[in-house]
Amino acid sequence: MPAVTEDEAYVDPADYSRAEVNAPLTAEQKTGFYREMLRIRRFEQVALKYYNQGAMGGFLHLYIGQEAVAVGTVSLLGKDDHVITAYRDHGHALAVGMGMNECMAELFGKATGCSRGKGGSMHFFAPDKNYWGGHGIVGGQTPLGLGLAYALKYKGAKGCALCYLGDGAVNQGAYHESLNLAALWKLPVIYIIENNKYSMGTTIDRSSAMRNCLAERADGYGIVWDIANGEDLYEVRAKTANAMRRAHEESLPTVLEVDTYRYYGHSVADANAKKYRSADEIERYKNHHDPIRLWKKRMVEEGVFTETDAEAIDEEVKAETNAAAAFALESEAPAPETIFEDVYWEVDNNTEAGSTGRHFFGD
Amino acid sequence: MPLTTYRKALNDALAEEILRDENVVIIGEEVAQYNGAYKVTEGLWERFGDKRVVDTPISEAGFIGMGIGASMLGIRPVMELMFWSFAYVAWDQIINNAGQVRYMSGGLINCPIVIRGPANGGTNVGATHSHTPENFIANTPGLKVVCPATAYDAKGLMKTAIRDNDPVCVMENTLLYGESWEVPEGEYLIPLGVADTKREGTDVSLIAHGRAVITALKAAEILAAEHGIHAEVLDLRSIRPLDEEAIVRTVSKTHRAVLVDENKPFCGVSAQISATIMEKCFDELDAPVQRVCALDAPAIYAPALEPIQLPTAERIVAKVLQIS
Repeated sequence: MPAVTEDEAYVDPADYSRAEVNAPLTAEQKTGFYREMLRIRRFEQVALKYYNQGAMGGFLHLYIGQEAVAVGTVSLLGKDDHVITAYRDHGHALAVGMGMNECMAELFGKATGCSRGKGGSMHFFAPDKNYWGGHGIVGGQTPLGLGLAYALKYKGAKGCALCYLGDGAVNQGAYHESLNLAALWKLPVIYIIENNKYSMGTTIDRSSAMRNCLAERADGYGIVWDIANGEDLYEVRAKTANAMRRAHEESLPTVLEVDTYRYYGHSVADANAKKYRSADEIERYKNHHDPIRLWKKRMVEEGVFTETDAEAIDEEVKAETNAAAAFALESEAPAPETIFEDVYWEVDNNTEAGSTGRHFFGD
Repeated sequence: MPLTTYRKALNDALAEEILRDENVVIIGEEVAQYNGAYKVTEGLWERFGDKRVVDTPISEAGFIGMGIGASMLGIRPVMELMFWSFAYVAWDQIINNAGQVRYMSGGLINCPIVIRGPANGGTNVGATHSHTPENFIANTPGLKVVCPATAYDAKGLMKTAIRDNDPVCVMENTLLYGESWEVPEGEYLIPLGVADTKREGTDVSLIAHGRAVITALKAAEILAAEHGIHAEVLDLRSIRPLDEEAIVRTVSKTHRAVLVDENKPFCGVSAQISATIMEKCFDELDAPVQRVCALDAPAIYAPALEPIQLPTAERIVAKVLQIS
């Protein structure tokens, strides 16, 4: 199945700024994308600082290097479009509009966190912003994303589900089962493979059998697929827009593989982060393929903003991030009695069903 | 009151709830055009059409997970597992996604989904098809699990499960599908977490769930007829939530308890019931709590042996006599 279908106008791959979805963008919108990408990066840099100080527990899977994927794709969402991702979820959370405060507080395990301190780094949620997590098991979210699309179609809504997964997740059975169902029932789900080239410490050539790329496997299910350069926000938007049009107008799934890179380990606890790849490789990506740096350069060239403007934005973002850290530090830990809250809807809502029989055991 | 099979009672419950709520959809392998592998959904596809009764490929992790995702957006899927034994290929979806997402989201999300199907041994289908995972489900805060023993309970519990806003696992029994009980016409609901005394007695409490209740009732007949022992039979109906008050009440009345359980004994449901009795009413006991469980090996195929692997009335009687 061709990557570019007949319903899509061919766009010079060298210049996705002229794509239908990008041509009308205002300077304000383009500046906004810069700010959003920077917010993700600065947020995580501050989180990393506190993580290394021991201020938070568990894992911290950093999205740094991949920011154009979340910001570019999410920038296209309408009211009936939904998002679900895996454990590397901070970028998507901020991109959909979650506040830095509740996200940072969640990392610190505080009561003011987006999940009341019950989810942690891997489990951010904001259903009011069509954001359904934040899921810890590799590939486990792929049937859920399918279910969001199923619900949209069942209700007759003209929407779609963007379901993100990593290159390591494509070998999970649940993903393949989801592709089969998506094609079989023509469900408006878009699987976005954020290919950062490493499933934890295993390179893609040591983990995945393929001909040319991971998305191509969709051919086996008769699903249209495409690939995008994740360092170019224009291209990410253009390719995602094609997939969304297919979902909205034809209720068809798409697999979109976005080529990207993470600068840090699988998680910060990944002790071998610099052993399974060379320091030179990481530096090359930082210097030549960084999505934020490239976007800034392009915006300056386009005359959207100046270097000075960019610095001012950075200062504002840093202030916001530092304020979020202060908020998280000052917030209280959850009270012990909240351990038994948010387990059962019927109990939380004091319904009759929540009051018959014992729901919790032990002392 | 008319006699209705366990199967038809479930079928009626599903049909009534499809009619009542436009978001209820039946999804599973062979549930539509084939009319259900065990005919629980017979006629529903013909009556309600493709949107409400949906055949799936053999793909439990995929379609159970899909149902969970759809439930997060307000659909109320009733997912059939042809056997609960097949849940193990969808375990991540059931335990991690349906069971944990409410908690991990700090209460922002709930999953009003029902996962149903038979969970029993005793049909000579070997170990892979004979699992009774109600104890595993009950070990997961966030999930609920019920095990109806009669047609009346099956209908009332199924309708309640569908209306519940939490994930509910309904464990049925292929050996009961064709059995008949009195079921009233018209609508009724049975709350989760409320046990039912299936037979009054004064000398010993037989506490059971699912088909073990039927076995316990047979044992109670024998005990009364041959030994003059009047056993009370308490049907838990719901494992989580659990009616602890009813357990304490019957033990306080008879002062002896034999727990009957088609689970394997190690960490089976009866192990929890035993602990509950120790914690709540130890002083009421005149004898140690006893258990009659499935014999502790994988479910055997041999038709000559499988019936004795599950609890039998004879084993229950023997155990009662030990402590009487």
